[in-house]
This record gives sequence, C-alpha cells and structure tokens, in this order.
Amino acid sequence: MADQKPTQSIHEYLAEFDDIPGTRVYTAARARRGYHINQFAMSLMKAENRERFKADEKAYLDEWDISDEGKAALLARDYNKLLDLGGNVYFLSKLFSTDGLSFAEAVSTMTDMTFPEYREMMLQGGRSPEGNRSIKGGY
Amino acid sequence: MAKITAGVGSSHVPLLGVAVDQGKTQDDYFGPIFAGYEWTREWEKTEKPDVIVLVYNDHASAFDMKIVPTFAIGTGAHYKPADEGWGPRQVPDVEGHPDLAWHIAQSLILDDFDMTIINEMDVDHGLTVPLSMMFGTPDKWPAKIIPLAVNVVTYPVPSGNRCWALGEAIKRAVESFPEDLNVQIWGTGGMSHQLQGPRAGLLNREWDNKFLDLLVGDSQEARAIPHIEYLRETGSEGIEMVMWLIMRGALGKTTKCLHRHYHIPCSNTAIGHIVLEPAD
Repeated sequence: MADQKPTQSIHEYLAEFDDIPGTRVYTAARARRGYHINQFAMSLMKAENRERFKADEKAYLDEWDISDEGKAALLARDYNKLLDLGGNVYFLSKLFSTDGLSFAEAVSTMTDMTFPEYREMMLQGGRSPEGNRSIKGGY
Repeated sequence: MAKITAGVGSSHVPLLGVAVDQGKTQDDYFGPIFAGYEWTREWEKTEKPDVIVLVYNDHASAFDMKIVPTFAIGTGAHYKPADEGWGPRQVPDVEGHPDLAWHIAQSLILDDFDMTIINEMDVDHGLTVPLSMMFGTPDKWPAKIIPLAVNVVTYPVPSGNRCWALGEAIKRAVESFPEDLNVQIWGTGGMSHQLQGPRAGLLNREWDNKFLDLLVGDSQEARAIPHIEYLRETGSEGIEMVMWLIMRGALGKTTKCLHRHYHIPCSNTAIGHIVLEPAD
C-alpha cells in the first residue's frame, strides 16, 4: 500500500494566515465571498464595458449579484473594504486601470500614506518586514 | 534528444513592460534595473535556445475565477498578448511548440502530474515582460515558447516541494523527446512584494537574497519553505517565487550560477534575476 504522507491540516494552514498584519490572504473563503466583485472587475477588461461603467457606475453595478455593501465599497474605491469582502488585487486592478491609476498609486490608498509618501518609502527600500511578520509574535 | 541547458529566474513586473514599450529603459529609474539584464541579453544571443518552457502566472487575464487550474500547460501554436485593461502590449505574438508541449503534457500526466491543457489563450505581462527583459525588442521572438501557468493567486497555491517535483518531471519529459532541441526553463515572478492592504510595499532584500543563494549548488532547502514563510517575509505576492522552484527542479541535482542581479525597487516590487546552468 502506498505510503500516505500526512499533509498539513487545512485548518492549521489557514489559521496562520490571520496572524499576518495588514494582509488579507486570498483564501477559498474570500474567493467565494468575493466571486461577483472579482468577476465584475474582470468585465472591465472590455472597452465597451468600461464605457458603460463610466457612464453610470451604479447602474452597471446593479447588473451584478453584489451586496449593497460591496457596491458601496466599489463606488467609493474603498480597496481595504473590498479585500475584506473577498476582492483580490489582480482583479481589482482592472478598476485601477479603468480609473487611470497606476498600480502603485492604487496600492498606496490601502496604506496609511499618501501616494508621494508611499513612493518615497519604496525608493528608500520599501516597508521593512521588521515588526510586520506576525501579530501574535510581534516580530 | 532535447535537453534543458539553462534556467532563468526573473521578476515580471508590468511596469518593466511599460518602460520597454515607452523607451525608458535607460532613464535614472529604470537604467539600473535593465543594466542587470544586459549580460543575459548577450548570453541569450549565443545560447540561441530553440524552446523556452516559461513558468509564469496569469494575472486575471486569460483566466478569471470561473476556472482556476493549479498547473496548466499551453499546447497551442501561437498566443496573442492579452489586453490587460489598457490595450495589448505592442510586442510580437508568442509562438508555441505544440509537438514538445504535447509531449511534455502527456509525459507529466503519466508521471502523476494532472496537468490542465490549454490550446488557446492570451498571455499577459507575466509571460511577455520576461521575454522583453531577455530579448529586448525584436520583430519576432527568437525562440518558441511553452507557457506553463501556475495558480499563485487563490489559496492554497501549490507547495514549493510540489513545484520543485514538477520541475524534475519536466526535465525527464524534455529528455525523452527525440528531436535535438536546446530547451531553457524560466521561472518568473517575485521577488518580495505586497500589493494589498495596510502592509503593502513590504520588501525584504535579505530574505530574497537568501532565496537566490538557495537556488545555486545542490541545496534542496528551498523546496521545504512553507507558504506562511513567503507570506510573512516577502509579502502576499512574494509567493510567486514558488514558480522559480519549478525552474530550479528542472535543472537537476546541482546548479552553477552564471549571472545574478538584484534591485530595489521597481514600482512596488523587488527585482531579482538569476541565470543558472545544470552542473551535474
């Protein structure tokens, strides 16, 4: 009989992700919750959809099975909220592009910095991992 | 017999594609990044690979959330650059190598890797930016490309060990192809970066360089790095580095480093680049 190597418990595997400061790992639970937010964002890859969205954002969003909370977060471009609701940055980036924002500028809106401050931090070597690895461990 | 003669690791930041497409590769910001690829561009001119197995991840371009393949191999004859929301990059179409790709796909499945097979798709910056970095701006890409797309977005993504083992199986598959072909394997993505949440902007020069060290020689240590370590140390998108382990696994027991380059930052990301050859 084949040797069944014990694999890591999925529960333990997922639990560790909650210990990372300021980070929402795109787990299956988030992927399920944010499915329509991400598929909406994906639709913006087509020029005609971008035009329809820009002409009337609310009406375009109403075509999607997205909660009111999700629609409000999309209209407000509240990206941290969208991450909480299961949005993923590679999908949400289609909305950055629709808005004409660079990736770095859009990313900076999720931090506590202005874009110039964020850009300067990156030029100085980026955010240090020191103290940013673990909530519980504080290292 | 076909043979894997070298492995290349490289970041695939979309902004690098923009720099190439807008002719900014020599300016103060991008100059030091591109300078580190000059050695490789010259080296590729003499190496003249016939085929490149190009390991990359799709960034919500060819795949959306409808289908999430863990490992997918492109068996098509050609691929067009994807429109990622601002029109497709004006780079040559990518030519595939269906004979070798189908041979690898079949061999991998018999070797217990349950591959997804893709006959048609567009390829995004994850694939075309490394081509621009290594080949510049030719009218036609100088090698055939076999795209190998890895899910590094929806968790769980494949383990480092599994990626390394896939690389080992790709080596076996390539070496059982009867035609004489000079094959390279490229692992792309990374290095440290986080594009989301309040911790965005995290970079880790020390960890990235330790990772580069582990790809050289006969160490197998990198295959055991757990996902949580990539996430804590290199940011949420640093997990892309597991794709470099497919490249490393395909180079055999021991590697020799021919060239190495590291630069911070490019946009949100740490740029890493390494050229390896099998040394068994």
